[in-house]
Amino acid sequence: MVELNTLDDYKQTRPQSLEAFEALRRENASILASEKEKGRRIIGAYCTYFPRELILAMGGISVGLCGTIDDPIAIAEKELPRNLCPLIKSSYGLAISGRCPYFVLADMVIGETTCDGKKKMFELLAKKDVNNIYVMQLPQMPDEEASLQLWISELRRLKTHLENTFAVQITDDAIREAIRLTNEEARARQAMFDLNKRVPAVLSGMDLVNITFLTGFQADRHESIRMVEAVAAELEEKAQNGYAVGTINTKRILLTGTPVGIGSEKVVELVEEAGALVVAIETCGGYKTVGLRIDETDLRDPIVLLAEKYLKIPCSVMSPNVERLALLERMINDFKIDGVIDLTWQACHTYNVESYEVARLVEDKLRKPFLHLETDYSQSDRETLRVRIEAFMETIDK
Amino acid sequence: MLVAGLDIGSRTIALVEWDGECILREEVIFTGTDPLGNSRKLIGGRCYDRIVATGYGRHFIANHDLAHNVITEIKAYALGARQLFPGVHTVLDIGGQDSKVISINECGNVIKFEMNDRCAAGTGRFLENMASALGLSIEELGMHALSANKSIPLSSMCTVFAESEVVSLIGRGADSHHVALGIHNAVVSRVSAVVQRVGLLPQFVFAGGVARNLCIRKLLAEELCIEVYVPDKPQIVGALGAAIQAQNDLQRG
Repeated sequence: MVELNTLDDYKQTRPQSLEAFEALRRENASILASEKEKGRRIIGAYCTYFPRELILAMGGISVGLCGTIDDPIAIAEKELPRNLCPLIKSSYGLAISGRCPYFVLADMVIGETTCDGKKKMFELLAKKDVNNIYVMQLPQMPDEEASLQLWISELRRLKTHLENTFAVQITDDAIREAIRLTNEEARARQAMFDLNKRVPAVLSGMDLVNITFLTGFQADRHESIRMVEAVAAELEEKAQNGYAVGTINTKRILLTGTPVGIGSEKVVELVEEAGALVVAIETCGGYKTVGLRIDETDLRDPIVLLAEKYLKIPCSVMSPNVERLALLERMINDFKIDGVIDLTWQACHTYNVESYEVARLVEDKLRKPFLHLETDYSQSDRETLRVRIEAFMETIDK
Repeated sequence: MLVAGLDIGSRTIALVEWDGECILREEVIFTGTDPLGNSRKLIGGRCYDRIVATGYGRHFIANHDLAHNVITEIKAYALGARQLFPGVHTVLDIGGQDSKVISINECGNVIKFEMNDRCAAGTGRFLENMASALGLSIEELGMHALSANKSIPLSSMCTVFAESEVVSLIGRGADSHHVALGIHNAVVSRVSAVVQRVGLLPQFVFAGGVARNLCIRKLLAEELCIEVYVPDKPQIVGALGAAIQAQNDLQRG
């Protein structure tokens, strides 16, 4: 049994397939640049609502854009209000300063009206003439028929826009192929995440953040799937020989709420510095979407299939958002969770309000310790957060 | 057995020497700019079977081998308050730059807590600044407010804004007693909301340096409709809790 005494101990025994992700840090942007030179279209996006299948279907590359570091927030605050979500400010600051290489390389950037802050930020961004910004109107009452109809028409509008802009045809067959590939990726990611249902776990929370973050900027989805599968295979094998992160006594934390990436990982880091482990992450980029797969035998219009799938994403912008609570309950049971941390980026009203419901589920129904944290990307409250997180760990009897 | 608890806070460092039954020594000094040196001074070369540190300087002290173990202020206040008041279920601590509310179950375990965020509004530091804006010492502020028959509400809880508001109120001829009562009301309504959110159950113990303020105590009792238990030396509860933890560590082996 490998004991996670410090993160350094852990690094020394890390599986090689995990180290492969480190290379992505250096390579992602240059691979993308060389694909662009070959004439491939690059479409940048910020959000999981972005229907990447349409991009894959036109032979393009769909890539995530940067928005997880603190530094560019000062640039953004020259134009955006201070009291705004750091993810939006960071995205904006990176975009207008030309410091996100993926944004610079993108032929088009697609946003959605997910929340008020983003919606208005995209308006400002569109006026900057820094890229070709296209915004989709995301309906927010997922159970209403009218919402589905609106979203279907928004997907069609995007499809036409892509076809006209890039002089391509997006065929139904190509969309179905893209659906298969995206399903495949979701399956691979879920299989990797599910390894942590083991007690003790095999992946640290910092690794989960690293993998999900770095694969988001990868040009080649097949390569991404291959790397994720390699991690799963290696860990599976090592686990059979007793490899683990932490012990059976390590406190197992589920992280939910607003998304975390490299640069905004302080809560995950603090949890693991306190000797506990974030074994599962229910946020976009994490477990939130891996269960959403389209039935490949369903022969209806693939645009309708995509619309149905994306409206099922259990994000707090949706009202009501019951599926998030159901997903959390399943995850808390499946991953044998000892405590739940709900992270809200400052000024994210939807996750902040929804935290009350998450607390009722976790504390009242499942009788597990629950901690809600509201913070931003800065390090100024790191020690206060540390006290809360350590005190939270002290309340977990294990 | 002789153990010690050290509470390295932002304003003061407290030490409690504990033999498992009684407090043999307790001291509080200012943290100053040298928490490590001042902690050493407090320990004074004495030999303890175990030292546990708490407070914002806990890791710093432990990393310099002055303590064997660390616990958070939350756990320390829960342990300390329960030692003094075995029937405690809710603890409010208002310290130099933070405040916390802790809910404790029948077994003495922390089940829920809330802390103020990075801002010092409603903490000891806030009261200190308001006192100085009124030309009073922190010790005088509470008594000054208690003699008021009227309260002038403060519109801001930000330490900086509230200070200029107090200055301008006085400049406009407001009675400083009324302003002082307004300051206390502002603090109490803020912390009461946090207490309600965590859940208020008797006994309710009020600790930390600000618990020495009689006006805050009185207003809290009125606002929350509950008897407020205050330790004789409210500023050493965290250090006592750390000492109890040291004892528990030894007994568990």
